[in-house]
Amino acid sequence: MRVTVRLFARLRELGGASELVRNVPDGATVSSVWQSLVQDFPAFADYRPSLSCAVNAEYAKFTAPVSDGDEVAFMPPVSGG
Amino acid sequence: MNARTAVTESVLDAALLAGLVEGPGHGAVVTFLGLVRDHNQGRRVTHLVYEAYEPLAVKALDRIVREAGERWPSVGMAIHHRTGRLAIGQASVAIAAASAHRADAFAACRYAIERIKQIVPIWKHEFFEGGDTWIEGATADPDDPEALERAVRIACA
Repeated sequence: MRVTVRLFARLRELGGASELVRNVPDGATVSSVWQSLVQDFPAFADYRPSLSCAVNAEYAKFTAPVSDGDEVAFMPPVSGG
Repeated sequence: MNARTAVTESVLDAALLAGLVEGPGHGAVVTFLGLVRDHNQGRRVTHLVYEAYEPLAVKALDRIVREAGERWPSVGMAIHHRTGRLAIGQASVAIAAASAHRADAFAACRYAIERIKQIVPIWKHEFFEGGDTWIEGATADPDDPEALERAVRIACA
């Protein structure tokens, strides 16, 4: 199945794109999508402890399952205000 | 722009926000503007570029308004956050909190800015003399009770 990955701020720069379409196996979770990204972008690995994620623009846990067509966002620490 | 919460590339207007939340039962309205400062951690800042995950950022702002309303039931609140390139002195965030009495309006306004820095998916790209850097603050977790408690503590100090 396919999911759309959204990347922001420094993660977007490290990944070279704000949006990536990824093929992931059935049963994938947010965590497994992240792991597949880290394989392609080793510099992402440092972000895992400080990362937030969202599925379809709602905050989610890394254990959350993902479905075909979902938008999965990975967010470095925020700095609004 | 009449929405109480918004993420926008337009110039922010504190008076407009105050007008959105004021009512006949309100004896106080507190407005806050966050401005782009010309220095940060010893660097001479030239400008900032703000990036947002807009749909989630608006939901997070809505959540902050809801949280403030639960803690200070008489408070009406509006929050607009700007994105894109901002020059020194421009406002990046505007908050208005209205309530029957001033104490709740001040507290709710302070609470909102603390929570914005904790849970709203917006990022500052700082450009300074000699380089640029992404500012990374808090790991956003809206359900983290310690972060929420910290914001309440600061608001009520």
